[in-house]
Amino acid sequence: MSEVDTGRESLTPEIGYREMEESYDVSHIAHPENDELLTINFGPHHPATHGVLRLLATLEGEFVRDIKPIIGYVHTGIEKTAEDKAYWKAIPVMERMDYLAYYFNAMAYCGAVETILDLEVPPRAQYLRVIHMELNRIMSHLVWLGTTALDLGAISMFWYCFRDREQILDLFEMSSGQRMHTRYFQVGGVFEDIPVGWEEKVRKFVAIMPDRVDQFLALLMKNEIALQRLRNVGGVDEQTLLDLGVTGPLLRATGNPWDLRKAEPYCSYEDFEFRIPVGTTGDNWDRMVVRMMEMKESVRIIDQAMQGLPEGPYITDNRKYALPPRHELATSMEALIHHFKLVTEGFRVPPGEVYYPIESPRGEMGVFLRADGSSKPARVHMRDPSFVNLQAMRPMSKDLYIADFIATLGMLDPVLGGIDR
Amino acid sequence: MPDATGLELIAQDLRDAEADSVLDTVYFREQAALLVAPAAVPAVLEHLRGRGYGFLASVHGVDYFPEEPRLGVHYELLDMHEVDRISVRTRVPLADPHVPSVTLAWPTADHQEREVFDMFGVIFDGHPDLRRILMPEDYEGFPQRRDFPMGGEPVLFTHNETQTPAWWE
Repeated sequence: MSEVDTGRESLTPEIGYREMEESYDVSHIAHPENDELLTINFGPHHPATHGVLRLLATLEGEFVRDIKPIIGYVHTGIEKTAEDKAYWKAIPVMERMDYLAYYFNAMAYCGAVETILDLEVPPRAQYLRVIHMELNRIMSHLVWLGTTALDLGAISMFWYCFRDREQILDLFEMSSGQRMHTRYFQVGGVFEDIPVGWEEKVRKFVAIMPDRVDQFLALLMKNEIALQRLRNVGGVDEQTLLDLGVTGPLLRATGNPWDLRKAEPYCSYEDFEFRIPVGTTGDNWDRMVVRMMEMKESVRIIDQAMQGLPEGPYITDNRKYALPPRHELATSMEALIHHFKLVTEGFRVPPGEVYYPIESPRGEMGVFLRADGSSKPARVHMRDPSFVNLQAMRPMSKDLYIADFIATLGMLDPVLGGIDR
Repeated sequence: MPDATGLELIAQDLRDAEADSVLDTVYFREQAALLVAPAAVPAVLEHLRGRGYGFLASVHGVDYFPEEPRLGVHYELLDMHEVDRISVRTRVPLADPHVPSVTLAWPTADHQEREVFDMFGVIFDGHPDLRRILMPEDYEGFPQRRDFPMGGEPVLFTHNETQTPAWWE
């Protein structure tokens, strides 16, 4: 017996389930009298879970038959904390949810507040947001690629990815003062204009990054081990993923080109020309290549945004919502009053409820915001893509080897800070 | 988003199908929302699925303290072909926080309904596995409710473990 009956239709019938493993005799598993199920805890302190994720795995020999995620180990009550802070003072806590996509968290939250306020964001601020978000997307994918390749045993990928990630973090540090959780996005724009010399540094990075992605692809695409470990493993069809609410690269790997940047452009994304990489079968290999190609497209967007960066203010000049420039405080009583009001009470937001979704590196990241007319949000809820995508872990890992299950978990790219919030 | 007229047309269709299902419509900042009776949620979602809204993007819980009915559950639906969103909202009183579960029809609602139950105490009838998801299993109270106090969670250190009796149980 060379084939394991997985009880479902194979996505690639001509290749079959793990044909390359034919030498491994699994006939004893197919016999019901030898069935032996073992339930173990995988995590929460397992390095391959990329955080404190606990999975209750039911194993049959070396096969994973069932997975139950148990989460909440890093639940910090961020949504509750945000209810006790003025709107613009809640941005730092919102950024700490999905700690690899902090610009996206801030964008979703600021976008929701701006939608309720009906506040116009200047074009320069929108472009600066796009540049930072796309840099952040590359950074997030690099962390994912490095750690996932590490799970597969490719330790050198980790060093290469983190070398390039450092370049991005240096750019963030230069433009916004911090490497992570920068609080750069404000309601109505961004905190500061970019410093002198930043543009040049970004151009250098943009010039080098596509080659780097090609190098990563060359390292993995022509690697026999990576190919065997990833191809035709963990594939799930499109409809199952849609039913489970999965978005982002996981959905795009099945061939569905759903990307909010194209479908519902926000923050000037309609100005840029970029493609949406999609896969064909939706296996782990497609998931990896889709993300790698996304990095290249992000580089294109950054390049175009830098070329076309408009002149003008970087934050709204509506003094009710944005701090006045420092120099005005010494000369203008009006500015001083606005500054005082904003710093002490914050601004008030008219009552209303909005849902503001954006495309994060992991899928649809939406903020639901309810304002009750006071200066603090009455309810902030983050629809975090990791939280929803985690439900797909069960169909993705069914009937896989434990080793492939680790690879599949890496391809899911869960960020526990976002799952538990 | 369906515009304000489109929203009214959807609401009218739903009212034709079942008289008291749609209580109100909200059109705010170009986002359409239907306020429906709790019992009508599965039927309304199913009707909207027939109209193309085949993707349940998100489920939120809301506490409208001090208004009654206090607890709210929002379902964000998405039509991927027309790129259109609609929100279905329902409100339940604190004394009887029961909403029919939609997990069987929309598998993505599983974890999200559990989160709403965990944070607000809304009971989803028919959910296959309604347990706490983010808070510990033995936690008392529903922390996202507006009248739940901020902070005040005792943290166990070695210096205060004698003051937290029977913590090891």
